[in-house]
Amino acid sequence: MAWFKRSPWVLHYNATSCNGCDIEVIACLTPLYDLERFGIINTGNPKHSDILLVTGSVNEKSKHVLKTLYEQMPNPRVVVAVGICACSGCVFQDCYNVLGGADKVVPVDVYVPGCAARPESIIDGVLKACGILEEKYAQQKNTQQQSIKA
Amino acid sequence: MKTLFEFFQSLSLAERMLAYVLIAPFIGGVLAGIDRKLTARLQGRFGPPILQPFYDVLKLFQKERIVVNKFQNFNIILFFVFTVFSGALFFCGADILLMIFCLATAGTFFVLAGYSVSSPYSHLGAEREIIQMVSYEPMVILTAVGMYMVTGSFNVSDIAMYQKPLILALPGVFAGFLYILTIKFRKSPFDLSISHHAHQEIVRGLTTEFSGPALALIEISHWYENVLLLGIVYLFFAFNPWLGIVLTIAAYLFEIFIDNNYSRFKWQLTFLSSWLFTAVAGVSNIIVLHLIK
Repeated sequence: MAWFKRSPWVLHYNATSCNGCDIEVIACLTPLYDLERFGIINTGNPKHSDILLVTGSVNEKSKHVLKTLYEQMPNPRVVVAVGICACSGCVFQDCYNVLGGADKVVPVDVYVPGCAARPESIIDGVLKACGILEEKYAQQKNTQQQSIKA
Repeated sequence: MKTLFEFFQSLSLAERMLAYVLIAPFIGGVLAGIDRKLTARLQGRFGPPILQPFYDVLKLFQKERIVVNKFQNFNIILFFVFTVFSGALFFCGADILLMIFCLATAGTFFVLAGYSVSSPYSHLGAEREIIQMVSYEPMVILTAVGMYMVTGSFNVSDIAMYQKPLILALPGVFAGFLYILTIKFRKSPFDLSISHHAHQEIVRGLTTEFSGPALALIEISHWYENVLLLGIVYLFFAFNPWLGIVLTIAAYLFEIFIDNNYSRFKWQLTFLSSWLFTAVAGVSNIIVLHLIK
């Protein structure tokens, strides 16, 4: 059954963002948008979470943290890049210290553009990520079964 | 209601245990769902569906197991087994003292699980859990002592069959038990080691290193424990099953209300206030009971 769709737990990491997108992520938890009605919880612990929300253009300092957080999350896991900085690096992409987008460090599954991304589009991106979680789980199960057969 | 009660009485020991093991997680899960929905409504939010705790647990069972110490999940499984066992002891009408010490053993294994991993957050959570255990344990034992003084038996089956209202003889003990029930339910202001809210804060400490199925087992044990504790609340009103069930649910709603109305205490205040309340409400009740008998 599709349990990932009903209870996606989110980890939010600010990879040197200007805080604009972070405020919008927090706004999703307020009574106006209320993420919890979808069963979404902002966990703040990589070992509990299914979805990694990255904001900000990733730079040389934050890339190690981002990589560590991603590696600590149990499978299946999905990365959502929130805001144009996390998607491509935006106007900062030519800076000497900026890598230009979260996908240079971790595999990003959903891109949510915008400066700053609207709460509606963040919620939409997270719900899209739930579908990808389900796919990844099915894939993982298939490979397990095949390896058992072989 | 009466026939249902008689039906439960007619079951054998093994059947009663089995009934508890099978039914308690459903009741506990629905209660947790009602808790989350009510809390959301009190905060002006729409809130998750009532069955959300079940979705969470079923999802956690599908996640990968990550283990940092090979004994961490062993401790969690023992915590689960002892919690279920103490609940089964209670609902098959065994000795209430045995049940209390069995529950304390379960708590000890939970603390050991917190210490077995290397995360400092987890260690802090385990230390806070010990402080909480020291805070509530005297009152739990006093509850059993008070029930013995009134009914003359430590057996849960005898206490449940006692025809006079237990609450009239033990109002102080009941108030004290309600007070520590907040600690046992892991509700604010005493949610120091594991909180249901504040996922990013240090109060989420003890579960830091547990992921997937182990986290699900912690949650299910919590449901079993909640049903058991509500069973003890029921014992105070067991002279009338209908009244008992209504007031047990009322006690649960009262805890949710408290949860939403208080900010978190420091551990010093938690410890001091619960021992003071135990002394004032629980011990004085027992002294009075001893004098008038």
